[in-house]
Amino acid sequence: MPTAMPDAMIPRTVIPYTVEPRPDTGLSNVKIGVWLFLASEVMLFGGLFAGYIILRVGSTDWLPGSAFGLSVPLAFANTLVLTISSITMVAAWISLLRKRFSQYRRYMGSTLLCGLIFLVLTGFEFAGRLRQDQYPSTHIFLALYFTLTALHGLHLIAGMGYNAYLWGPGSRMWETAPEQFTQRVEASGLFWHLVALVWILLFPMLYLL
Amino acid sequence: MSDHEPEHPAELSFWRRYVFSTDHKVIGIQYSLTALCFLFFGFCLVMLMRWQLAFPGRALPVVGALFGADRMPDGYMLPEFYNQLGAMHGTIMVFLGVVPLAVGGFGNYLVPLQIGAPCMAFPRLSMLSYWCYFIGGAIMLGSFFAPGGAAQSGWTSYPPLSDLAPQGQTWWLLGLTALIVSSLLGAINFITTIIQLRAPGMSFFRFPFFVWTQLVSSFLLLLAFPPLQAAAVFQLMDRWFKTSFFLPEGLIIGGQLSEASGGGSPILWQHLFWFLAHPEVYVLILPALGIVAEVIANNSRRPIWGYRSMVFALIFLGFMSFLVWAHHMFLTGMTSSMSAFFQTTTMIISIPSVIILTALILSLWGGSIRFTVPMLFALAFLPMFGIGGLTGLPLGLASSNIHLHDTYYVVGHFHYVVAPGTLFALFAGVYFWYPKVTGREMSTWLGKLHFWPSLIFMNGIFLPMLVQGLAGMQRRLYDGGEIYAHTQSVLHWHKVISISAWGLAIAQIPFIINVFASLRKPKTASDNPWDATTLEWAAPSPPPPGNFLQRPKVYRAAYEYSPPAHDKDFLPQFQPEPAAQPEASTRL
Repeated sequence: MPTAMPDAMIPRTVIPYTVEPRPDTGLSNVKIGVWLFLASEVMLFGGLFAGYIILRVGSTDWLPGSAFGLSVPLAFANTLVLTISSITMVAAWISLLRKRFSQYRRYMGSTLLCGLIFLVLTGFEFAGRLRQDQYPSTHIFLALYFTLTALHGLHLIAGMGYNAYLWGPGSRMWETAPEQFTQRVEASGLFWHLVALVWILLFPMLYLL
Repeated sequence: MSDHEPEHPAELSFWRRYVFSTDHKVIGIQYSLTALCFLFFGFCLVMLMRWQLAFPGRALPVVGALFGADRMPDGYMLPEFYNQLGAMHGTIMVFLGVVPLAVGGFGNYLVPLQIGAPCMAFPRLSMLSYWCYFIGGAIMLGSFFAPGGAAQSGWTSYPPLSDLAPQGQTWWLLGLTALIVSSLLGAINFITTIIQLRAPGMSFFRFPFFVWTQLVSSFLLLLAFPPLQAAAVFQLMDRWFKTSFFLPEGLIIGGQLSEASGGGSPILWQHLFWFLAHPEVYVLILPALGIVAEVIANNSRRPIWGYRSMVFALIFLGFMSFLVWAHHMFLTGMTSSMSAFFQTTTMIISIPSVIILTALILSLWGGSIRFTVPMLFALAFLPMFGIGGLTGLPLGLASSNIHLHDTYYVVGHFHYVVAPGTLFALFAGVYFWYPKVTGREMSTWLGKLHFWPSLIFMNGIFLPMLVQGLAGMQRRLYDGGEIYAHTQSVLHWHKVISISAWGLAIAQIPFIINVFASLRKPKTASDNPWDATTLEWAAPSPPPPGNFLQRPKVYRAAYEYSPPAHDKDFLPQFQPEPAAQPEASTRL
């Protein structure tokens, strides 16, 4: 720990515990920060899901997704793709723990590819709705369908953006600060799992029930 | 985070030092100044409204003509403009004034200092948090110039009116989104900082009470704001994509059947809104309680009475604040079992508030009280917050709520909590920490000239509102209830209230002079001008980048005032135990 220094010599502050865990809490700053962020995300989707429940229970002419031609096989494929992407995300992180950088790039690339497949499939489904003149304003189910999937999609795109950075230019950090880079991948992975988890709830809400 | 290499602060450019700074102290000052400007602006809005209420149908002389023909033609206020003023007064005071000052300003500046940290855990998030707040504020201000004017559906923005309101409502929703992002980033940063960056020896039960209040407030912001964001998304969809989340079937608008597909629920908005807004009420008050605890301990020269009970009460309060929201909605036709639940939780939540207030009052007992300016504000806070809290009890019970709902009684009640309550605590905080922030002393004489008229005018404003409300006068009336027979006996109070409001504005002039004129004084404030015990007083005044010249160590609890067998009447947290003294172990 630095001792007393003359005024002019005070260095730029070093933030403690950005990577190494604080001994008495056993956690690094980033890990706490990410989990707090996930908690707020849970509350955001919790609010949206509460809205879904209240509107559905209170509705006099509720129609399920099948009434609008939503395809269960397609949504199931989406679920599968996102689940696989969660697994490759974990594999990417583990590769870094094992110091296998090129393996990390392959797994992270697969995660990105899965995200892209999900977006393309969802895009097809959106286009199909619009072709059949089904808009958010048509029915309360479609309003919920478009809002929830679009908001989930925005989260997915944000996660993909950060993952692409970690796959491409951001991965240079592996040379200079490997532990911090590994932590970034872990944090991004936590967010990615949340995005997948939200979809796993949306799938029955919008397609099955 | 590759910028860990030591770097001299003097090398930073002007922009990086004062505008896009990552130093928590600069950000705290940015937040405080911006929030004080918004508080003043929000106050100006309500002063205009008070003209219309005191003298309905009369042209506002001199300034009235400045607002243009679509707001105040020839100085006569249009009802639409009155509604804009009301909605934006509430929005600005809550989201842009009090919370940013209490959490963004005081919290950012003081929390790292009080826990002995050199910085926040995520300095760039702090900066981003401020700039999101700034953008949110700019959007809110800009909305006054949108076609049809600013939001006019009340700060609660109840649909269906808000769904159908002019464009200003969309701006309101977008501005609020920026503010939600801002407080989310701030909350994550505060909690992480408090958990991780404590100085050696700073255990949780050695925290100053202020740090505890910031910790609990941050959790409330973190968990309560996202559901409002969900509601804002629904409302934006209603406005942009013509969905009907909040529009029921068969809605008649202007004599015409609405084209909306229906199936929505206006009550859904109220649930999501109040799920945020009730915890938000505690975000307004908890940091204020923290400031008052610091000032009272310091100026009564004795430890806070029942520190641990206060902390547990605070945590319980934070938890319970998530379970009371529907007491704002007793008149929405909820079942009696629902209202029974919410009035029970509401009565329960009053218990921890009373514990904290009682502990603060008992802390005065047997103290050697110094009547400094911050202490005057802190002492005035206690009865004012007490009135605010106790007048809330009849509103929390469904049966009396039916009579009092949406009357001036409600307005008087929550303003007692927030205006002479929280605002007085924030003034106490400004006077208390100004020497630390600037290295300069404020004028005591001007401070007293600020305090006494403010106290009188505050009560001149809000006490008559309780009387009017009990007589049944509705709030949000453009003419102040002039056309109703049952309000005739209390109408004259409008003039008393309005004149008090304008008097209150004049009473703030000594404060403004004091803040700016004191900046020209020489830097005479010592590191610890109040003989205080907490860690921020170990740092130089003003603290340099990195805060402390020497990494502080904490040796004891936060408020060791008047310890027995010591020559001084305070024993700071950062001072090592003096040489063993025989009587020191027998604390009284």
